[in-house]
Amino acid sequence: MIFFEIFWTFLKIGIFTFGGGAAMVALIQNEVTVSHQWLTQKEFTDILAVSQMTPGPIGINTATYTGYTAIFNAGHPAWVAVVGSLIATLAVIILPVILMILTVKMLQRFQTNRYVQSVMTVLRLTVVGIIASAALVLVNADSFGVPALSLHFVASIVIFMIVFVLSIKKFNPVYLMLGAGFAGMLLYGWF
Amino acid sequence: MIKYCDLFWSFFKIGTFTIGGGYAMIPLMERELVDRQQWLSRQDFLDQVALSQSLPGILAVNMAAGVGYRIRGVRGSVAAIVGNIIMPVIFILSLAVLYRLFRHNAAVEHFFMGVRPAAVALIAAPVFKLAKSAQIGWMSCWIPILCALLIWLWGVNPIFIILASVALGLATGWLNKKTDAQ
Repeated sequence: MIFFEIFWTFLKIGIFTFGGGAAMVALIQNEVTVSHQWLTQKEFTDILAVSQMTPGPIGINTATYTGYTAIFNAGHPAWVAVVGSLIATLAVIILPVILMILTVKMLQRFQTNRYVQSVMTVLRLTVVGIIASAALVLVNADSFGVPALSLHFVASIVIFMIVFVLSIKKFNPVYLMLGAGFAGMLLYGWF
Repeated sequence: MIKYCDLFWSFFKIGTFTIGGGYAMIPLMERELVDRQQWLSRQDFLDQVALSQSLPGILAVNMAAGVGYRIRGVRGSVAAIVGNIIMPVIFILSLAVLYRLFRHNAAVEHFFMGVRPAAVALIAAPVFKLAKSAQIGWMSCWIPILCALLIWLWGVNPIFIILASVALGLATGWLNKKTDAQ
């Protein structure tokens, strides 16, 4: 039953996400392209690109879109896929929300708790690695083109480096993504 | 009395007009909730930000859940969350449908060929900023590097890394407690 599988998968993703949307990307990627193979790497990268260009939290956008595409790929009609995407979205937020409400209600001194502090110290280190792994997995032939030294490959490396530097310099990601997209249309459309 | 629809509307604006995820929403939330509506003191807001970052989940949704609950209980929290995500969900679903229809169009294909490496760069960039704010030095940099390699090369599920981190954190907390007691 795909609805149950989607719910259970995104329930896990939600409760194990520490460190925001980028860390969630690594978890979603592992579950949907490796464990379940609901999506190809290429589809996942496209979903990620769209999630970064549209309003809203990246985790919500990616969960909603992945839920839709996974159900659609399994051969169900579009309306079933819409229901599936809403189930994925609900699943990804439900446990963290319950935990947040309980914490605000009961633990006045949550931040100063010894165990919370030492767990956070370790997580701050490992989450950096988890986010780095998401980026590393995405550096593949689907995103960067083959063979090496083709126009697609060279242009992808250049686009990657420009966007990387400008993003560190706090350029608006929407303009960066739109710029990269139009650069692609010009380069690959004309040559 | 703050109404549910006021909460919904404030988070609706924040969710609909921020692109770039949770971290981009924090300054907007501060302006709307602390300065304009004055529903929370700045200290309460900052506490909520720290809490939202410490607990699992999506940062923006955690913020909506915590702020909504502080102001109007469980129903307030539901109103804030739904307000925060309703437009993004509608928007992304429309795009999912459109992408299915047009993905074999040449211009769309070229657009995505350009955008894919940029999407990867946007994931890679925060790694260095986070590494700096986590104060990772030469002594501790092997931990994130090992985690990245385990997931990337050996296909370890990131969930196991998280579970191991929590276990290690609890163990060090317990050991520190013992040494403090002595």
